[in-house]
Amino acid sequence: MPFEGVVMPFEGVVPATDDDAIAGVPARWVAAPASTDEAAAILRGAAAHDLTVVVRGAGTKQDWAAPPRRLDLILDTRRLAGVVEHAAGDLITVVRAGTPLSDLADALAPAGQQLALDAPLPGATVGGTVAVNTSGPRRMRYGTARDLLIGATVIRGDGVVARAGGKVVKNVAGYDLGKLLTGSYGTLGLITECVFRLHPLPAATAYVSRRATGVDDAGRMAAAVLGSQVVPSALEVDAAPDGGIVVTVGLEGVPEGVAARVTTARQLLGGDPTVSGTAPDGWSAYPWGPGDVGIKLTGALSRVPALLAAGVAARQRHGVPLAVRGSAGTGVLYAGLPGSCAPETVAGALDDLRAAATRAGGHAVVVCAPPAVRDRVDLWGPVDGLHLMRRVKEQFDPAGRFAPGRFVGGI
Amino acid sequence: MTATSMTATSTTAIGTLAARLRTVLGTDRVISDRQELRTYECDGLAQYRVVPALVVFPHTAAECAAVVKACAAAGVPFVARGSGTGLSGGALPHADGVLIVTAQMRRILELAPADERAVVEPGVINLQVTRAATPAGYYYAPDPSSQQICSIGGNVAENSGGAHCLKYGFTTNHVTGVEIVTPDGDLVRLGGRAPDAPGYDLLGAFVGSEGTLGIATEVTVRLVRLPETVRTLLAAFDTTDAAGAATSAIIGAGVVPAAIEMMDALAIEAAEAAVHCDYPAGAGAVLIVELDGPAADVEAQFVAVERLCRDNGAFEIRIAADDAERALFWKGRKSAFAAVGRISPDYIVQDGVIPRTALPDVLRRIGEIAAEHGVRIANVFHAGDGNLHPLVLFDDAADGQAARAEAASGAILDLCIEYGGSITGEHGVGVDKAKHMPRMFTADDLDTMQLVRCAFDPRGLSNPGKVFPTPRLCGEVPGRHKGAHPLQEAGVAEVF
Ligand SMILES: Cc1cc2nc3c(=O)[nH]c(=O)nc-3n(C[C@H](O)[C@H](O)[C@H](O)COP(=O)(O)OP(=O)(O)OC[C@H]3O[C@@H](n4cnc5c(N)ncnc54)[C@H](O)[C@@H]3O)c2cc1C
Repeated sequence: MPFEGVVMPFEGVVPATDDDAIAGVPARWVAAPASTDEAAAILRGAAAHDLTVVVRGAGTKQDWAAPPRRLDLILDTRRLAGVVEHAAGDLITVVRAGTPLSDLADALAPAGQQLALDAPLPGATVGGTVAVNTSGPRRMRYGTARDLLIGATVIRGDGVVARAGGKVVKNVAGYDLGKLLTGSYGTLGLITECVFRLHPLPAATAYVSRRATGVDDAGRMAAAVLGSQVVPSALEVDAAPDGGIVVTVGLEGVPEGVAARVTTARQLLGGDPTVSGTAPDGWSAYPWGPGDVGIKLTGALSRVPALLAAGVAARQRHGVPLAVRGSAGTGVLYAGLPGSCAPETVAGALDDLRAAATRAGGHAVVVCAPPAVRDRVDLWGPVDGLHLMRRVKEQFDPAGRFAPGRFVGGI
Repeated sequence: MTATSMTATSTTAIGTLAARLRTVLGTDRVISDRQELRTYECDGLAQYRVVPALVVFPHTAAECAAVVKACAAAGVPFVARGSGTGLSGGALPHADGVLIVTAQMRRILELAPADERAVVEPGVINLQVTRAATPAGYYYAPDPSSQQICSIGGNVAENSGGAHCLKYGFTTNHVTGVEIVTPDGDLVRLGGRAPDAPGYDLLGAFVGSEGTLGIATEVTVRLVRLPETVRTLLAAFDTTDAAGAATSAIIGAGVVPAAIEMMDALAIEAAEAAVHCDYPAGAGAVLIVELDGPAADVEAQFVAVERLCRDNGAFEIRIAADDAERALFWKGRKSAFAAVGRISPDYIVQDGVIPRTALPDVLRRIGEIAAEHGVRIANVFHAGDGNLHPLVLFDDAADGQAARAEAASGAILDLCIEYGGSITGEHGVGVDKAKHMPRMFTADDLDTMQLVRCAFDPRGLSNPGKVFPTPRLCGEVPGRHKGAHPLQEAGVAEVF
């Protein structure tokens, strides 16, 4: 008996260990249900015992967002895994939330298909990816989880199981709850199953890269590509702390088409770009490592150069090795700072970046940071419609059971 | 409170409200004359008619907010209306409510091709966005067949699709921001020009909510670069099975056409009668396949598509030589709904979705349904994504035909559900399909959806009676509704 003498509050949970702490907050219990029914029973038990719950996928990014205010039970989705259905002819798949994205990719590849989501961190689960709406370079062509999710099964805090959407790509019956769940950081309910639309794997892929002479040059290249007919799947900028800026165009399609567009892309970038069949270093990865500060910057497309310039300026002004990388094709950049930076310094840099993002019509959100930094800064910045969001949370989770305090405005 | 005294109360309430709204909008933009009100008694689904108590025409978001605030204060329901082309009775007025028409909010506020965005007022007509953006080399991708008249606000509310949504996605994938008037009368922005606004994706929940979560007063849409090349072919087959097999082969080959549309023999007959599109004679089915994008990609894939059509039994393939010929191919398809009016005095336009691979089975079953009910059914559909538009033909003057047509139309929806599809792919639930929702969703599913309604509109004032067959009670909202819930008192809601 592994937990001899310990009295469990109800069946299906075991005591948590120190390793189960989330963002420094220790947990009391862990449950790893293997089905939607088991998970619903666990959540009813949690409700009966008034336990707060944090859902854990692979746990790759549990230090994202704010730490939960209180943590009684970790609901681990590891055993809620597996591909339920892959209807290749209909280009859809039904998959359990705990399935690693890489397992799903392996299951779809033999049919020449993919879930067209980049996985910035290896190991991430389907549910975690949907819950934080992570995305990578190819969002320019395929959109993000919000665009690819066509159905979901969710368990509410009161244990009620609900299905939203369906298994067909086109469907406008009722509200699109999938969109609401996407990016909700596990604060509305437990997602147990997802239905996605799929895309064919491209027959050919190429990357055309060129080093820019500076922010203006990078901006010129990006604008030239956007206004052209090369239809990129990705348009990335990567501004390293050493001052170098690289612009990369990612192209996908039939071999004849990609070959023709590589030629055009080279002309658009000018100079002597490199062409490769494999992605450059750092592709689809955030420009920071474990324990560092990660900031997501968004803005209107034409303001991407201004966001880059703000990053470069903040680097000089605050004397920090700030890196900026991301999608100039969609206006979503990521800035990384070493976790060793003083909280005051990070706060100063964040203020500058947030001001630039606001001018660009977007936002600067701290996605991860060491505790001292998290305590010092406003992670989310201004949030439109916050009062409506609070009302949504109150309706879905009136007891405040799911990850209290983790989300915007302390939701 | 009884239903009769409710009505008596609301008559006085409406009088007071009308006076209030005239101070906000002026007298000429508040209509209360019975005869004039009748103009607005229905949308594109004319079988449902309700004369509203008042119709108003705001010019600005602020006026719209003031109207809703006044409605909220008076406890009077309101319904938004764009161009009134909806096919599910979504804009059907409320007899004791205010119809808020956006037809005088038609300014394109900004075109920003460098941001790939346009900012428009809700009454702007879909096609106007594309017309305005074309000189800069851009267009607005969602293209409902009604695009010459339907409004962007209506598109947002219905999450409208179009033939080219197979490749480009639906309205929800092309709207990055809205300003809305909440049912409390507050102006709130959701999303904007940049993607991924922090917090819950309320924008995603609002799009497709059919006017039940508030009124969109400004919409930021994506503009898409006009494609370098467009190639269109029209392929004629002996049977819908063969055309379906060709569709599967195209998708199976990894091609994502901009559109694949199918029409069966009866639909072709109607289109010929109406617009003389001159489709190949003797075809049991035609496919219109359109590819767009970079020239070299399109050329390579177009060759593959042509071959796959032939391999699957196409007896004639026409390739559009120019824009004029392409327009002719599309003319038959885009006018198909109205065209059946040429071959039948009355018809029902159905909208359902099935997994595309079930197409041959489902079409056979639709044939059986037609025979069983003694009606003719023409099929027009977005074959690429399995969105069917069966047109059930009948003669209202003939005894019992209308009822049989209605029954056949309902049986088709059952078929869609049986095959794991949806009761609506683009026309919405509205008032027409609310009763079908419990067949597609469980009580718990519907209850969970309505949590969103309760968050936005706990009093159920924004387009009540649509989408959900039974409104959910929203629980205590602090400071409001002591005692029984007003909906419960009025006998229109039950406790879940
Ligand atoms: C011939 C024909 C062809 C059609 N083809 C297609 C097609 O290919 N694809 C497709 O998807 N649909 C199609 N439709 C249906 C219809 O055109 C669409 O649903 C369209 O989006 C409705 O726009 P509207 O401006 O006419 O809205 P209305 O009919 O006026 O209203 C529709 C709904 O939107 C709500 N609404 C309107 N404005 C607002 C606003 N500003 N804020 C909040 N809610 C609002 C209304 O309350 C109502 O619930 C077709 C209709 C016809 C008649």
